[in-house]
Amino acid sequence: MGSFGKKIEKFWEIFYEHDGYVKVLTGLENTLYIAIVGLAIGIVIGTLIAVVKVIPKYKRITRILDGICTFYVGLFRGTPVVVQLLVAYYVVLPLLGIHMPALNVCVMVFGLNSGAYVSEIMRSGILSVDPGQMEAGRALGLSYRVTMMKIVVPQAIKNILPTLGNEFIALIKETSVVSFVGAADLYVAFNYIGSNSYEFMVPYLVMALIYIVLVAIAALLIRVMERSLRKSDRRN
Amino acid sequence: MIDVIDLRKNYGNLEVLKGITTTIKKGEKIVIIGPSGSGKSTFLRCLNCMEDPTSGSIIFEGVNIADMKVDINVHRRHMGMVFQQFNLFNNKTVIDNIMLAPVHIGIQDLRSQKFRNFLTRIKNIFSSNKQPLIEINTSKAKIKEEARQNALRLLKRIGLEDKANVYPSTLSGGQKQRIAIIRALAMNPKVILFDEPTSALDPEMVGEVLDLIRQLADEGMTMVIVTHEMGFAREVATRVLFMDEGRIIEENTPEEIFTNPQNPRTKEFLSKVL
Repeated sequence: MGSFGKKIEKFWEIFYEHDGYVKVLTGLENTLYIAIVGLAIGIVIGTLIAVVKVIPKYKRITRILDGICTFYVGLFRGTPVVVQLLVAYYVVLPLLGIHMPALNVCVMVFGLNSGAYVSEIMRSGILSVDPGQMEAGRALGLSYRVTMMKIVVPQAIKNILPTLGNEFIALIKETSVVSFVGAADLYVAFNYIGSNSYEFMVPYLVMALIYIVLVAIAALLIRVMERSLRKSDRRN
Repeated sequence: MIDVIDLRKNYGNLEVLKGITTTIKKGEKIVIIGPSGSGKSTFLRCLNCMEDPTSGSIIFEGVNIADMKVDINVHRRHMGMVFQQFNLFNNKTVIDNIMLAPVHIGIQDLRSQKFRNFLTRIKNIFSSNKQPLIEINTSKAKIKEEARQNALRLLKRIGLEDKANVYPSTLSGGQKQRIAIIRALAMNPKVILFDEPTSALDPEMVGEVLDLIRQLADEGMTMVIVTHEMGFAREVATRVLFMDEGRIIEENTPEEIFTNPQNPRTKEFLSKVL
């Protein structure tokens, strides 16, 4: 136990006296930034794809869009997110001649990646809404688009909120690979503390605890949101 | 008002409607009866193109709405529809259910008027022949307020003004269906289509819904009703259509159809249900 106390002392020294906590806070901020903005992008892309997937395929343009969306989802579900990060950062952007901070690349890749997953979640959500809702909207003279956006999608989102919460939690944890392209997240911060104190046990333990707390907070927020959205249900 | 000419509808190889021709005049109350699977509901749903007809035409106020090139949304505003399963919007309160379409369409029209004025203004800069602007004497807030007042008036009419701010899930079937009817009414439709409006209701709630429909009929609303309530059909209808196997077999006044049916199939059906 004595040696463990010493380890904690070493950790505290770097964490507190050598500005380790600044790095941890930056890492925390980046982790949350990537997860939240990534999910927001994912929801927008996912909703668009899901709507394309459920539109009746009368016209050629919808069939073409459908093909593009299928390709997109296949691409982003078919490769690990680390590979997508590396390809985006070291292949695609240099080929296009674009310079972008690593953090923005991460947000973009995580957004595109979760868009592919959210699209499937959202599609099942839209299909779970009673078709009568769409019929009622159309019968009142509202267009397909308006009925979709005002009536069907809000109900779909309510149905899929627990699953969407899962996606958010998964995103928080997946961001731990962004150091592959040099973005500073929690892993980078605690690795810094570890390598400066020559002692990794405590930093990594604390890192694990921080992830657990983050996920617990996220789960709580989702529950609160779900409850407020369930206002229109009798079971609340 | 509505001319249906040789209307046909197929689902794959299954012929559901095999050529229906009829005319619905202003103020008529048409009740469609017939055994299940006879195509009554499909026919009704073709009238506002909820189902696209396979062939034939539906002339509503001089426009063939079965034509896919016609903007069907514009014409549906004038044709209310009431469903068997009520289909109130679950994510909206009762008053929002009623206000949603009038407000949305009002604002849409306002926007397109403003846009047209904007184009005229630009044209006026370059031409000596000045075009007048469309006079706009309404606003978003005004449209909303009018729709709210109208919705409250309609709710008061059916005695449910205290339910304005609750969600549909807390209402009984009869209340839901009456609200669905005034939701259709809020658009000031020229005709209302009822698709078995009482079939999903508990028996003790059928009366309140039929009373409301009867009131509307007395006020001169044109309506087309698919129903299994024969007593109600007899009382409200100005004309009864008997359908079987995708065709209109017999049409006549309710007295004639119910007391003196001509076609053997009509006789057989009525002997079973009456």
